[in-house]
Amino acid sequence: MEIDWFPLWLSLRVALVATAIAFAGGLAVAYILANGRFRGRDLIDALVTLPLVLPPTVVGYYLLVLLGRNAWIGQLYEQITGAPLVFTWQGAVIAALLHSAPLLVKTSRAALESVDHSYERAARSLGASEWRLFWIVTFPLAWRSILAGVALSFARSLGDFGATLMIAGNIPGRTQTVAIAIYDAVESGQGHVARVLVLVVSAIALVILTLANRLGGGWFPARTPQAQ
Amino acid sequence: MIQAVLAKRFPTGRDSAGFDLDVSFKAGQGVTVFFGPSGAGKTLVLDCIGGFVRPDSGRVLLDDVLLFDGEAGVNRAPRERRCGYVLQNYALFPHMTVRENLEFAAYRLKAMERHRRVNEMLERFRLQDVGGRRPHQLSGGQRQRCSLARSLVVVPRILLLDEPARGLDAPLRQELYDILRSVRADFEIPILLVTHSLEECFELADEMFVFRDGRIVQSGAPSVVCSRPVSLDIARLLGMYNILPVEIRALDPSRNTSLLRFGEHELQGDYYPGHLKGDRVHLLVSPRQLKAEPAEARRIPANSIPGCLERAVSTPDGMRLEFAGGLQVSVPNGAYYQTKDWIIEFPTRGMTIL
Repeated sequence: MEIDWFPLWLSLRVALVATAIAFAGGLAVAYILANGRFRGRDLIDALVTLPLVLPPTVVGYYLLVLLGRNAWIGQLYEQITGAPLVFTWQGAVIAALLHSAPLLVKTSRAALESVDHSYERAARSLGASEWRLFWIVTFPLAWRSILAGVALSFARSLGDFGATLMIAGNIPGRTQTVAIAIYDAVESGQGHVARVLVLVVSAIALVILTLANRLGGGWFPARTPQAQ
Repeated sequence: MIQAVLAKRFPTGRDSAGFDLDVSFKAGQGVTVFFGPSGAGKTLVLDCIGGFVRPDSGRVLLDDVLLFDGEAGVNRAPRERRCGYVLQNYALFPHMTVRENLEFAAYRLKAMERHRRVNEMLERFRLQDVGGRRPHQLSGGQRQRCSLARSLVVVPRILLLDEPARGLDAPLRQELYDILRSVRADFEIPILLVTHSLEECFELADEMFVFRDGRIVQSGAPSVVCSRPVSLDIARLLGMYNILPVEIRALDPSRNTSLLRFGEHELQGDYYPGHLKGDRVHLLVSPRQLKAEPAEARRIPANSIPGCLERAVSTPDGMRLEFAGGLQVSVPNGAYYQTKDWIIEFPTRGMTIL
């Protein structure tokens, strides 16, 4: 029987875009959490971690409420791009993002905080700006662990099911990601399709996690709460 | 020239004893050594000057630049202060070569100038052969020199050194002292150096500040501080004296002498102005000022007491004899015999009392 590979490609595309966004935004949040000394830091940390521990349907519900065609963010998006966000692959990106960004923030924060502060002191006393200090000293010293976090969050966004289903739906050929396709295949009795997709996804995740472990030098974010 | 008035209070916490820093000092060109036990606040002062710790109140004025003023709300960022800070662990960037470490500090200079300046420093600190190595491939001495070179590539307004000789063996320490002496001569900036080694004070210090519990308890040239500690506490801290409880039995200003009672013995000393007969004081006498010889010798010298030898320890320049009651005497090699009973001779001049 012919296997439709579209869900796999879509999932990889969604995960890639989500991870890219999570990297840019997550690194900034991680930097603020690692370096900022302000009230509400713990609250921000908790908010960032929340999607990891909430049921995916709860996350999906929030997304629908916030990004739906009647919500102002959803309408703003529609005005700018000319198309709604819900029930599109971009919606799936948002759902994946919410599950991958917390992992990335957590691992990056730990990575940034693990850099010996004396290097930062030395750099500052040598007249380096905070920007230069980050990109030339802190980031290069932490990049292996950060990249391990990137790999983890990529693997995580590859597998999102609940939130994606709620915000992007299950439209074959348009928004059906691999996790949803596997569920569909099992429901409709196509055991062969399900088995192949399951094996492929498992292999990809295994490769990525091995990579992440090697990058992090065997270090794994044991403190990160894992949902699902 | 640096002028600093610093106060910082750390309240007593659940798992930390409170600490109170309150110092005020001036230091000009040359090496000023902060001497004192761990936890006396020496490094904290460096951190306040470098901008890494914000004092509760005070002022830091470096040349004519105000770095910190609690009242006026001035608190410059570390990177604007131009304080060369050599940290205890050197903090060389491990992912950069020696040359790159120096270039990092010099990045504001134009490329040509930067290249020239970095080369000059590599040569000056004898690092030209290891410029391409990473810090972990360097010896302890090279790391030390690299850290110094990095903080001097762009000439700072002041150089802060936190225990620079820590972990270096004797020859490397001597080398470091030579380097620091040449830095003192060539860079006309104040150098503040934290240490708890008296050796460093004598090797390097133009002036030394003795720190104790967040205060500067004495300052002056090392030879002056060590020969005239102002309190018993400082004398103990210096660790270079026998401290003996004595009672003043007689004072004779006309002959410039005094009579001191130590245990059941009487010793002759200088005349001590400002003291009265009957005062109970402490006599400071260094092991080098004392002489000792076996008791079976023919004559018993004046101003001496008998001593019962407990231990003899070899030192780099002779022997240290430790007597019952804690009295220590340095004798040259060859002056030691295996016998228990000794005669310890005190000088009649040059002993301090507190």
